[in-house]
Amino acid sequence: MKPNATMDRREFLGATGLLTGVLAAGSPLALFAPGRAWALDLKALTSQEGATLLAAARTIAPHDKLDDAPYALVVQAMDSSASADAATLALLRNGVSGLGAGFADASEAKRVAALRPLETTPFFKSVRATTLMTLYASPLVYAYFGYEGEAFSKGGYLLRGFNDLRWLPEVPLVDSGPVFGTG
Amino acid sequence: MSSIQQDDSNAVVIIGSGAGGGTLAHELTRRGIKVVLLEAGARQSLASFSQVPGEAFAQLTWLEPRTQSGSTTVAEDYPTLPSWTAKTVGGTTVHWTGMALRAHPWEIRARTTYGAVDGASLIDWPVEYEELLRYYQMAEKRMVVTRRNGNPGLPASNHFKVFHYGAKRLGYKQVHTGYMAINSRPTDGRGLCIQQGFCVQGCKTGAKWSTLYTEIPRAEATGNLDLRAECRAVRIEHGADGRATAVVYRDPAGSEQRQKARVVCVAGNAVETTRLLLLSESARYPNGLANSSDQVGRNYCHHTGCFVWGVFDKPIEFWRGTTLAGLVLDETRHDPKRGFAGGYHLEMAALDLPSIALAGLPQTLWGRELGFVMDHYRSMAGIYVNGEDLPRATNRITLNPALKDQFGLPVANIHVDDHPNNDAMRRHGQQQGKLMFDAAGAIKVVMSRQTPATHNMCAARMSRDPKDGVVNAHGQAHDVANLFVSDGSAMSTPSSANPTLTIVALALRQADYIVRQLSTRAL
Repeated sequence: MKPNATMDRREFLGATGLLTGVLAAGSPLALFAPGRAWALDLKALTSQEGATLLAAARTIAPHDKLDDAPYALVVQAMDSSASADAATLALLRNGVSGLGAGFADASEAKRVAALRPLETTPFFKSVRATTLMTLYASPLVYAYFGYEGEAFSKGGYLLRGFNDLRWLPEVPLVDSGPVFGTG
Repeated sequence: MSSIQQDDSNAVVIIGSGAGGGTLAHELTRRGIKVVLLEAGARQSLASFSQVPGEAFAQLTWLEPRTQSGSTTVAEDYPTLPSWTAKTVGGTTVHWTGMALRAHPWEIRARTTYGAVDGASLIDWPVEYEELLRYYQMAEKRMVVTRRNGNPGLPASNHFKVFHYGAKRLGYKQVHTGYMAINSRPTDGRGLCIQQGFCVQGCKTGAKWSTLYTEIPRAEATGNLDLRAECRAVRIEHGADGRATAVVYRDPAGSEQRQKARVVCVAGNAVETTRLLLLSESARYPNGLANSSDQVGRNYCHHTGCFVWGVFDKPIEFWRGTTLAGLVLDETRHDPKRGFAGGYHLEMAALDLPSIALAGLPQTLWGRELGFVMDHYRSMAGIYVNGEDLPRATNRITLNPALKDQFGLPVANIHVDDHPNNDAMRRHGQQQGKLMFDAAGAIKVVMSRQTPATHNMCAARMSRDPKDGVVNAHGQAHDVANLFVSDGSAMSTPSSANPTLTIVALALRQADYIVRQLSTRAL
């Protein structure tokens, strides 16, 4: 993902499609992005196919307050597999074509209804797996979910809140143990 | 560190450097025995462990192809990953969670305790519990297990507060932060647990016991160990007398090498241990090495492994803190009134953000329900149901000639049809986990299906009668006197305990036996 690209550069790269978006004002993702507008070149999929797969990813793992940008990373991962493997491209292309041209703009209820009968198909399983694998692994979304990632460099949580929960009673020492260095 | 000649037929060759192989290597080398330790994986260090979840998985995991068959949901949900084992120096002790549990006395007499269960191939262990207990205690001392030998327990994390509160509300009596081979204070030259939550990615403080930074460097310091990393054993050879003579392996460049051996110990984790024995077939042993009983690969056990996730409306942040330091022991008993034989442990379990979606939640979950659960990631708690599964002769690891690895060798196929007892225990355990979370105020509870097994056991089991198993009470092959199985494959039944402590205890016991046998020239 990068700031909005020009058509000339895209033609030079031989891109087949383009996904674009704008980060919502105040999005935590803005911390990571150089500007609010983003664009993603597709190497194997068309823009239309990319938009359909982005809508499928959003339907499978819906987070209303999460920007399109991390979902675009999912499409990028699918595009990358599709450009490396003709069978994957065919799987995605046929699946997308089965969903129809109106899928990306359809209501969520209609998108769910379109995907539900496909649950056991290789197409759906592949889209679901790539969505989960890519979306939740992206440091772009850690802040949204509250996840803090690696903590070794910060000394872990021993003195930074591993036991700061106060809405339940404390555990008797006999069932736990002393916090080293604080007793 | 030592260099042992490939034609030195005095060497003990150990295949695999995990809980069994790494411990055995140290025990033999410290008593003056020359050991060649072959490890398929690369050598990492505290500094090189990746702290990026997906990257760490790729760094430590056996990702070469395996296939599976049978009726478990694992075959449906994880078709390319039937089990989750390690390929790295230190083996699964690098990615384990540190739960160091003993099997119970009645569990090692499973056939006697549970009786004849239809469709199960139960046997009793050919080991007395008193003797096993002695080795458990040695293993606990060596691994610095909490709540044993005066070591304090790990402190309660936010996650454990939820786990403990729910368990106590439900009436459970034995609930604590576990018997963990994770330092609650600096001990044995290793750091203490800083509650960072990255246990399975490789512990960067070394607080968690692993052969990678305990047994193996100590074995190297004796001058008797020749560790060969990124070397894959592909075949065990034997002589005219039927005894093992050498191990053929591929070096890091992929070239074939041959190490002569006086004794061969296989500790490649049950799947690869089985595969290596089967690959070592010959005119004399047409069904594979140590397999005249046709038991190699049979009776494969994997525990009931599944999760329960509680979703709460207040923050928990369960990624902060030791991943698995929470334990309910009350269900670890044989009580047929519950509708199944054997028992299980309820173990607190957290997963990082990508892993919970990929491996923690049911693979059938998507749409608004998935979105709701993941939106509550910071308010989640987890339980892993670790229960004893029953062995079946037809649950079997075999070679799959339809798929070959990079050396042209057939990969392993894992066939599992779970015994109905496992399903009943899993349902019971997940329901109890749900009640715990309900009691603690959960707004939603989600149950996983089975996950790829990290506990792979019993596929080359110890048996009194050579017809029932592959090795004797010391892990020595019934068929081949100088061939040993030194990992979880040798367990006669799986018990409800996470297997690492038992594997270490059996390796210590096996080391004593091998030393005695070598000193009397019996080997």
